[in-house]
Amino acid sequence: MAGPTRGFLGRSRRERDPRLPPGQYDVGADWPVLTAEPTPRITPETWSITVDGRVENPVSWTWDEAHRLPPSEYRGDIHCVTTWSKFDTRFAGVSVDTLLEAARPTADAHFVMATAKTGYTTNLPLEDVTGGKAWIVWEFDGEPLPVEHGGPVRLLVPHLYFWKSAKWVTRLTLLQRDQQGFWEQNGYHDRGDPWREQRYQGD
Amino acid sequence: MTETGGARAGMGPRLRRAPAGGWRTATVREVDRPTPRTVRLRLEVPDRVDHLAGQHYVVRLTAEDGYRAQRSYSLASSPGDPLVELLVERLDDGEVSGYLADVVEPGDTLEVRGPIGGWFVWEGDEPALLVGGGTGVVPFVAMLRTARELGREDLLRVAVSTRTAAELPYADELRAAGALVVTTRERSGIRPAGRLTAVDLVPLWEPGQTAFVCGSASFAEAASQLLVGLGVPAPDIRVERFGPSGTSG
Repeated sequence: MAGPTRGFLGRSRRERDPRLPPGQYDVGADWPVLTAEPTPRITPETWSITVDGRVENPVSWTWDEAHRLPPSEYRGDIHCVTTWSKFDTRFAGVSVDTLLEAARPTADAHFVMATAKTGYTTNLPLEDVTGGKAWIVWEFDGEPLPVEHGGPVRLLVPHLYFWKSAKWVTRLTLLQRDQQGFWEQNGYHDRGDPWREQRYQGD
Repeated sequence: MTETGGARAGMGPRLRRAPAGGWRTATVREVDRPTPRTVRLRLEVPDRVDHLAGQHYVVRLTAEDGYRAQRSYSLASSPGDPLVELLVERLDDGEVSGYLADVVEPGDTLEVRGPIGGWFVWEGDEPALLVGGGTGVVPFVAMLRTARELGREDLLRVAVSTRTAAELPYADELRAAGALVVTTRERSGIRPAGRLTAVDLVPLWEPGQTAFVCGSASFAEAASQLLVGLGVPAPDIRVERFGPSGTSG
């Protein structure tokens, strides 16, 4: 690795928050919108979530049915690969564990492809969406999730870079072998752990 | 999820993977400030992986104590340019953009990584409508330069929006390429100050074009919804947004 950049001091590190993964900065109250496609208009009535692929029992839930599942919340931080992090967020919805319990993944299911209503896809190892680490969420800070942030419902996998938390999610497909999603085909990392700075393929 | 079938199928799998390069130590060859808030850097990148127009580079700065900060910047240069050209907008309190705008001099070295990104790219063989706001015009400059090298300027139509004419980077180059330039904070000829409208885009849009939209989050949202309103199919619209969310926190 190259040495220091001439004359670069950077922001004062005294107040650097230990919650910030390497190469990230605190975006504060802002919440940037980064989407590679036009924002779709999806009403709760036309939204549903399906779990299929390598499962014993493929299942779909409508908006109302999903809201009757046991609620679950995430409180904590989120990290975007474009280097902003946002602290102390609060999302509410349903744990992905709850969806998978109903669908019953087969023993050979090791990966998940999340698909959005727009056709956006992202791939995840199954172990990254089980054990209380992933949600589908429809509320942010007690309010309906805004459409530009993925409303009515997005995936939330907060321990990975945020492109893994597919906006407008409508399907989780369990797979035996990993397949690359949209950004992963376009040069981004297959796992995307912010603490290991897994931003791009090869990191 | 099953709508595959090739590189043009919305966000489905691509036929061809876009080029990607690793970290390099680039040497700054030229620095100038085309508008009050921007700096243009032309870099010599050793062992360079040629990019596609629309791709970006990451610039990484390292302080003496090892602290690092990195940001992504679109390229303005075409693949045929011997140097890589970045245009950086100086953001208020911008940790990286402030350094690039105020400190960097020719002869300095910078750690860069690229090219990156395979979605917001123009491969030089398809008709495209380019809609840019402010420094969002940068990837379109790369596309126009690429078109010129290929002798395919006929494939591109361009509309750009800027607060004032003086703040638009690459203004002469864009106008020479026939771009429609809309100014939101000052009169432009007989046109009063105002945002880009559907009426502006109607004469530029043709079926079969891929539409590329690049700008701030609010500009990109407004422009992409204008295109959707004109009947452009959403899978044919590629969007690159940057900067803070703007109006809503």
